[in-house]
Amino acid sequence: MGPTPHIAVIGGGSTGAGIARDLAMRGLDVTLVEQGNLTHGTTGRMHGLLHSGGRYAVSDQASATECIEENRVLRDIASHCVEMTGGLFVKRPEDSEEYFQKKLNGCEECGIPAEVVSGEEARAMEPHLAKDIDKAISVPDGAIDPFRLVVANAASAQEHGARIETHSKVTDLIVESGEVVGIEVEHDSGPGKRVHGTEGGTEEIRADYVVNATGAWAGRIGDMAGLDIEVRPSKGVMTIMNIRQVDTVINRCRPKGDADIVVPHETTAILGTTDEEVEDPEDYPEEQWEVDMMIDTLSELIPMLDEARTIRSFWGVRPLYEPPDVGSDDPTDITRDFFLLDHDERDDLPGMTSIVGGKFTTYRMMGEQIADHVCGKFGIDADCRTADEPLPGSEDFSVLRDYMDEFGLRSPIGRRSVERLGSRADDVLKTDGPNPTVCECEGVTRAEIQDAIEGSGSDLNAVRIRTRASMGNCQGGFCSHRMASELHSEYDEPVVREAWDELLQERWKGQRHALWGEQLSQAALNYALHATTQNRDQDPADGKPVDFSAFDSGRGQTGGSVDSADVAADGGTDGY
Amino acid sequence: MAIESEVLVIGGGLGGLTSALAAAREGADVRLVSYKQSTLRQASGLVDVLGYTPDGDGPLTDPYEAIPSLPETHPYRKVGVQTVRDALSLFDDAVPTYEGEHTDTNALLPTHGGSIKPTARYPAGASAGLASDTRDTLLVGIEEMVDFDAPHVAAHLDATGVPFDVRGETIRFPGDLRADAKVTRYAKLLDTNSEVAVRGRMVPAREALAQRVNPLLEDEERVGFPAVLGDDNPGAIRDTLSDHLGVDVFEVPMGPPSLPGLRLEDALFSALDEAGASIETGNPVVDFDGEDRIEKVFIEKNGAKIPNSADQYVLATGGFVGKGVESDRDGVYEPVFDCHVPHAADRYDWFEGELFGDHEFARYGVATDGDLRPLDASEHNEFENLRAAGSVLGGYDFAAEKSGSGVSIATGYAAGQRAAQEAR
Repeated sequence: MGPTPHIAVIGGGSTGAGIARDLAMRGLDVTLVEQGNLTHGTTGRMHGLLHSGGRYAVSDQASATECIEENRVLRDIASHCVEMTGGLFVKRPEDSEEYFQKKLNGCEECGIPAEVVSGEEARAMEPHLAKDIDKAISVPDGAIDPFRLVVANAASAQEHGARIETHSKVTDLIVESGEVVGIEVEHDSGPGKRVHGTEGGTEEIRADYVVNATGAWAGRIGDMAGLDIEVRPSKGVMTIMNIRQVDTVINRCRPKGDADIVVPHETTAILGTTDEEVEDPEDYPEEQWEVDMMIDTLSELIPMLDEARTIRSFWGVRPLYEPPDVGSDDPTDITRDFFLLDHDERDDLPGMTSIVGGKFTTYRMMGEQIADHVCGKFGIDADCRTADEPLPGSEDFSVLRDYMDEFGLRSPIGRRSVERLGSRADDVLKTDGPNPTVCECEGVTRAEIQDAIEGSGSDLNAVRIRTRASMGNCQGGFCSHRMASELHSEYDEPVVREAWDELLQERWKGQRHALWGEQLSQAALNYALHATTQNRDQDPADGKPVDFSAFDSGRGQTGGSVDSADVAADGGTDGY
Repeated sequence: MAIESEVLVIGGGLGGLTSALAAAREGADVRLVSYKQSTLRQASGLVDVLGYTPDGDGPLTDPYEAIPSLPETHPYRKVGVQTVRDALSLFDDAVPTYEGEHTDTNALLPTHGGSIKPTARYPAGASAGLASDTRDTLLVGIEEMVDFDAPHVAAHLDATGVPFDVRGETIRFPGDLRADAKVTRYAKLLDTNSEVAVRGRMVPAREALAQRVNPLLEDEERVGFPAVLGDDNPGAIRDTLSDHLGVDVFEVPMGPPSLPGLRLEDALFSALDEAGASIETGNPVVDFDGEDRIEKVFIEKNGAKIPNSADQYVLATGGFVGKGVESDRDGVYEPVFDCHVPHAADRYDWFEGELFGDHEFARYGVATDGDLRPLDASEHNEFENLRAAGSVLGGYDFAAEKSGSGVSIATGYAAGQRAAQEAR
């Protein structure tokens, strides 16, 4: 074997991170580039369901079989990202008995453990299910944290020598003599972003092979080399509840339709979803009726949802793909299978393969097949080990130790921190200084925030996805300034202020879709805390200079004790 | 038989307390009922009158000067400038621990996030921290206290262009409080001045705190702490610290739970008690009788509905934060008397895309006539003997304008005084 091939992977979602880990573990040189944070695209905008395969057991049995297989693998290698909640396919009186039987048989045919439970038994498991639910099929669905999973994959890839570049957008594919030989990326200039190349500049990354794992964005990358990759982005809405109305994944047992799943996820429950083709994966309407439909339709399964508090909604785009000759009109008809497009075979352009379609649950399997494919190109004979080696955080780990005492944390906070960190708990939570809680809603302590900052730099949204801080009821209202303060020892004040603003704006974006009832009261409080108490909306540090001498300087000192020349000389450091 | 009074005030926040106080001082027999803890515990304790115009001009030096140019729907326009001034006089008289009455000019106070904000009245404990005061400043943070990171606050303050040097230092608070102790624990320790162990020796807590700060002090002439310096004896604690440190000591107002807010609430309740009003807290008003006039309201207490009747009523139940205005997916409403709350039909028109955008929801609340009596959709009085005060009123965005306390005090004063006059 000659020199180690260098593979550039485009896309920092589950697929890209999975491919990078696999290739790095097989000894290849890997550079992964992602335009935003890890999980910035589709992966960060899913409902966190670890499929049992039950969902596809009637319509797409190949996918169903893959799902149950990978479901078992992920429970093993990513235990700190998975909560095995179990799942129920529930049948309402108006749903077809015939389909119920098909689902049951389908599960059996695909090797998915499935069992029929009566309506009473289902309600014993989940007391908030509607009284008129006839019966249900129980399957091993679970919940999985996509952020934690992708970060762990990237960390593992790094441990095996990979270079991971976030906030680095591919601006061009380098094609020479009819072959893709690299990529051109533009690194985001924000200070503290992870930049190994030139800060804030463009970089040419030459590679022996390029893997395009950008999902719904795959067509954009293809365009750069004149390739036609017909991804059909399809949007889906998800609405987050402030508590878990159910502890089991609840699916509606009917052929297909919008608003048919509720996934318990950490402290929340996520309602999903819709399936509607869109033109542009980054620019599509997010509308009130979509949120209302989630609540109204899923209330048929869980009536209390009608009155419950939602904290935000978000939309994701599926990277659906179907071979050019199929031509489905309805995105729900398009297969969830994935496709490996070797552009040499397909378009006579060697040097690059795109991967499109697919599902989050089978990300590792996709990575394995791509890695096999790439290794084949270079005649490398190396086994895939990603199904056997646990991800960082999920190594041999006992959750039975008394972490509360050990780390001086109150019990729910200690338990949740340890669940999030898995086998990294020791490393992260053993600190010299005091370890107060920074985010009360999600029970995130200073030590975890500091660990995330070490891993992701000054980007507080990256800290958020690593820790869950600011993702609870208050949506950052009470903790965003605390998170910003945690950056201060390492970063300059203007960087901190910008990161703080970015986080608050990001939290606001999703919360807008939940502005009624309790969450509107919360939003009004957050607005008051930031605008009234802190004056962050009119912060002179961001705006025009203030003539301090014109204001009250205390009893007996009216008229001001400063002259204006001093003010000008000592004026703000930024913003004008 | 119903519990009777001349004026019944519903709500125990700044608007309700001022309203009850104004009515009582007018000589009326006043009863105040409030349900939950008021939003004062979430407020900084600063009393803003007007810091910015609705167009965002500011910080304003003279809040009174800008009032006549406010939109007609603004509560200040309903009551007029002179009433705002009179209301603040009542406040100054009732809460002597506040400063700022020596001038019409706004003060600029440092915030716990490091910005500065314009305000009209401030607690004595914050007065040495004014941003127009040119004395160099040391800010002291407490290791465990995540709401106030002194070096960060100092750096941010510097970025606002304050006319003095400011530095932040972080200390470990004496007394071994746990890492996530509530601010009230810090306050209690200083209030009682209990002895704490310092290198094997027992020292009173205030002295121990000063000892931690002393070596950090360079040539600064004032020292700021987060607002945890006592609940019952803040003045004495500051004096002790000042004596030991040889410089002025001040508090930087904080977010919830806010000790300055709680102290203000206590001060107003005492003033109201002294004025002879009867006060009942902890029970909600759940229903009422009456059509054009409110005859009586019902207060739920241990499952029973207790009738309370009065000649005049003041609604001071707060805005969205205090739950005096509520909403669901279909609309916005006022839950006690179902007074009309004007709002856009489409929920997506209630807010803007930017966090600090010109949100309509921020101005939602009841609309009133010039006498602060709520109006229905066709602009008729909802009830002839009901007035509204404070954040339940619509037509202004207190967060953007920094006018929350001022509007509550001014409209509370006006509503309380007029109710008392009418009841006599």
